[in-house]
Amino acid sequence: MSTRLAPNTPGVGRLIDRSKQQNFTFNGKRLTGHAGDTLASALLANDQVLVGRSFKYHRPRGVVASGAEEPNALVGLGTGNRFEPNQRATTTELYDGLTARSQNHWPSLDFDIGAVNSAFANFLPAGFYYKTFMAPRPFWKHVYEPFIRRSAGLGKAPDPDARDPDSYEHFHAHVDVLVIGGGIAGLEAARRAGEAGARVLLVEQSAHWGGRAPVDGGEVEGHSTEAHVSQLLAALEAMENVTLRARCMGAGVYDHGYVLAYERLTDHAPALKGPRHRLWRIRAGQVITATGAIERPLSFSGNDVPGVMLASAVRDYVVNWAVSPGDRTVIVTNNDDAYRTALVLRRAGLAVPAIIDARVLPADSPLMAEVRAAGIRILQGHAVDHVMGGKRVRGVAICSHAGEGGAVIEEIPCEAVAMSGGWSPVVHLWSHCGGKLTWDETRAMFRPDPDRAPTGDKGQPFVVAAGAANGALTLGEVLEDAVAAAERATARPRTSDAPQAVAQEEAPLAPVWMMPQGASIHHRAKAWLDYQNDVKVSDVQLAAREGFTSVEHAKRYTTLGMATDQGKLSNINGLAILSGALGNGIPEVGTTTFRPPYTPISMGAIAGAAVGDTFQPIRRTPIHDWLEENGAEWEPVGQWRRPYTIKRPGETTEEAVQREVTNTRENLGLLDASTLGKLIVKGPDAGRFLDMMYTNMMSNLKPGRCRYGLMCNENGFLMDDGVVARIDEDTFLCHTTSGGADHIHQHMEDWLQCEWWDWQVYVANVTEQYGQIAVVGPNARKVLEAIGGIDVGKEALPFMGWVEGELGGIPVRIYRISFSGELSFEIAVKAGLARHLWDLLLTVGKQFGVMPYGTEALHIMRAEKGFIMIGDETDGTVIPQDLGLNWAISKKKEDFLGKRAQQRLDMARADRWKLVGLETVDGSVLPDGAYALGEGENANGQRNVIGRVTSSYHSPTLGHGIAMGLVLGGPDRMGEVISFAKGDGTTTIEAKITDPVFYDKAGEKQDV
Amino acid sequence: MLTLHCPCCGIQADETELAPGGQAHLTRHGPGSSDEDFHDYLFTRANPRGVHFERWRHAAGCGKWFHAARDTQTLEVFGTYAAQTLAPPQHIRDAITERRPDWTWHASGRATE
Repeated sequence: MSTRLAPNTPGVGRLIDRSKQQNFTFNGKRLTGHAGDTLASALLANDQVLVGRSFKYHRPRGVVASGAEEPNALVGLGTGNRFEPNQRATTTELYDGLTARSQNHWPSLDFDIGAVNSAFANFLPAGFYYKTFMAPRPFWKHVYEPFIRRSAGLGKAPDPDARDPDSYEHFHAHVDVLVIGGGIAGLEAARRAGEAGARVLLVEQSAHWGGRAPVDGGEVEGHSTEAHVSQLLAALEAMENVTLRARCMGAGVYDHGYVLAYERLTDHAPALKGPRHRLWRIRAGQVITATGAIERPLSFSGNDVPGVMLASAVRDYVVNWAVSPGDRTVIVTNNDDAYRTALVLRRAGLAVPAIIDARVLPADSPLMAEVRAAGIRILQGHAVDHVMGGKRVRGVAICSHAGEGGAVIEEIPCEAVAMSGGWSPVVHLWSHCGGKLTWDETRAMFRPDPDRAPTGDKGQPFVVAAGAANGALTLGEVLEDAVAAAERATARPRTSDAPQAVAQEEAPLAPVWMMPQGASIHHRAKAWLDYQNDVKVSDVQLAAREGFTSVEHAKRYTTLGMATDQGKLSNINGLAILSGALGNGIPEVGTTTFRPPYTPISMGAIAGAAVGDTFQPIRRTPIHDWLEENGAEWEPVGQWRRPYTIKRPGETTEEAVQREVTNTRENLGLLDASTLGKLIVKGPDAGRFLDMMYTNMMSNLKPGRCRYGLMCNENGFLMDDGVVARIDEDTFLCHTTSGGADHIHQHMEDWLQCEWWDWQVYVANVTEQYGQIAVVGPNARKVLEAIGGIDVGKEALPFMGWVEGELGGIPVRIYRISFSGELSFEIAVKAGLARHLWDLLLTVGKQFGVMPYGTEALHIMRAEKGFIMIGDETDGTVIPQDLGLNWAISKKKEDFLGKRAQQRLDMARADRWKLVGLETVDGSVLPDGAYALGEGENANGQRNVIGRVTSSYHSPTLGHGIAMGLVLGGPDRMGEVISFAKGDGTTTIEAKITDPVFYDKAGEKQDV
Repeated sequence: MLTLHCPCCGIQADETELAPGGQAHLTRHGPGSSDEDFHDYLFTRANPRGVHFERWRHAAGCGKWFHAARDTQTLEVFGTYAAQTLAPPQHIRDAITERRPDWTWHASGRATE
């Protein structure tokens, strides 16, 4: 059984504090660990070898690794609002009160019905779903998919009603040198860069500095690696230009030296105040990736039985956390490094019955000799035939590595197997932004190609790999490489030699991608490559046979490396198998693409502070508070909030809207129109410029007058509309739609800056500088006269005119324009005085039946008048001619934006859908967006359509439904009844084609 | 995420501050132009793997448009310059030639290598 080693065991437990006990639960079972434990080490210390079930076959799985590469030990952490699925137990620091649950099993971890899949493994090969669930077609949706969704998968998604109660933040940092990885290479490189005067940020994903060095041993400058790490750390902490961040993972490297790092601030101690995670957004001159290396598993039958672990992980659990994975550990290897594990186990008083080494070396290497001297049996040229055991290892059966398996020489009882297939440098961050790799035949690894580093804005390389991440595996090599990396990153030669290291010399490894080398199909079908996605050696070989020869295709077909661990353990082994099956070299097959983030980062960290009220700023008009206090039902319009309607107590929304329309038509309505875009266009060439911007002529507009204008883009499509007022000879005020002010401002700036840059025109967006209130209805003039100060009589202020003056002492500009068809004055006032004017209009207007109205009443009234709305009648493919707005298109002007485009064949064709009014035969309201049905079907078997509804309302003025729509040949089909499809797909609704102006066709009411 | 030097306000701007505006140095074709010219003006854009000229606006900065010459493959920036030009200025062309000797400028707004 796996257990905690006794306190007096020499050389173990460097990271735990046995005096501090921490309680936690796993699947409801109460367990204890120590401060400094990870969840994985604490589980192992409690003999919880079985930690989860696999994705596809529901096989029992245990902890394999000790770090970020862990594929199996994924748990659901926390409860309620703080529940998170798929958290790696190996990188989860234990704290008192931690709650974890295992995943993907039913009814329990120990007894899982889904494990029956494993018995059918022969029938579930790569591509099984693609091949099997093809036909019959309807079965996919109703039978296959629900079944697959239930039986496959890892963690459960959190409750949809759960809300993350924690806070997150972003940090921006600019540094000369960013060092990613706080192992011995990263520390050395950071110290050198710091000494060279660079601003340095050093980030380390774990809570501890020094990486593997303190576990793997050796000496630096006469000190233990542990002591050397402490010295380096002390030196770095003393430098003001160096910032150190533990629990901070380099997540991704992007263009021009941009790097994201993910800092976990309170995961290890939830009681701490402050943000939980922090996303560092770093711009670095140079990035040193000192990200270490990951040990590869070996592919032998039963390599996924709980208790089979990486040799380095076994070493970590013993040395760092005083955890024995079992009394007897068999070691399987193709290299010397795993021999260190044997020595560590032996030193801790544990048994190592044998080391199975696939190699046959002519003479013992120093490590081998040391192991042999310790009395440990070494079986060279041997392999694991299969692992015995189900939910935990019972032993290993040994065979010759040269054979195909089955000829078992010996069975060795044991509780754990430590395997090592060699080391792969962590090249992820090097590769994210285009760094290329080279295959190192001797070490059987892909390592960064220093001649093809990621390049920055000047074409300069900006990433330097250092230490094990660069393929340097021995202590001496690592330190030398770190110094060289600092030289490159700072462009300064070293001022002193790299520290001298003493470590044992290692014999070369022998690449072993399959064990035994000729493993039979029976063996290969139990040899796992990707633990998390349940991909076996046989699956990758099948993919190759079926023609998936590209590594990217084979990956997607087999799902190798596509799980949450992104194939950290499986990618190299998998592509080596593929290469073997194809008969191509490994470098020719190549790797799949490394994409950020290195390990999953929280959505909270990505969102940062941009959640809830701080997600987006809300723009408020000067009248916003009054509306809020008086029952506004808000709707978003761009970043503004506008009142859909202003409800009275006891009213439904519909009742409120109808009341507002009726009152405005009969008495007096007030609309907060402050959101309307207001652009001042000024300069000697302003008129000429607006003639280009609008389809109609603006240069001949007289000061004191207003004109409705249409704005098209260069494609000829209608993009905005609004009233332009000429203030003086050089100055125009252009009103835009509420959502369009910023975008139209930019549109104007684009043409002024980039096309007609010699024209003397300035544009200023003064939207927020002014409030605007529409005073609308038969009593509109009366209320303004009652307030007094400006002559608003028909002669002094005719329709489409404007005046300036003081209304009740408030300086205003009054435009006589109407979007409702009623007598209407739009009053512009400095934003700071707008509320004052609003209150005054409400007070004085009381006697005239004043009532504010919202956007829905505005919409209904404009639709009753047949006025178009940008975004309703237009969708980016509609030209003014489609809307019967030819009267607003100048025929005199030689040029305006969109003129040439509107002459194109497609724009001029006769069968474009055109604007009409629509009245349902039964008086009901047409569904907005409904399609008008034509004859026959199109090539896809869909009913042909001849038009669609663009706006649709119940008109309280007329007492029935009214709509506008674009219909094929519409204006020529007045009176015709056509059918529209309802949302249910079967029933239709009949409507008569009419003039789009439903109310006051002669326009008498607005011109009084 | 790119950084570009804004020639108007002098800031080395982050991509989050910038808005892209497509290919630079297009010639506007208006009324009177042939269908082919107008079609090309509206729709035909270069999509090179290599040297390219682009319009960018310092949207969350000074608000000005400028042009950038850069390599779409390596993301190397050869230089940025004022939008009020019909062709890349000589110092930009020289900077490109220094890094991409086989490069030539075509008045159509497209570079070839």
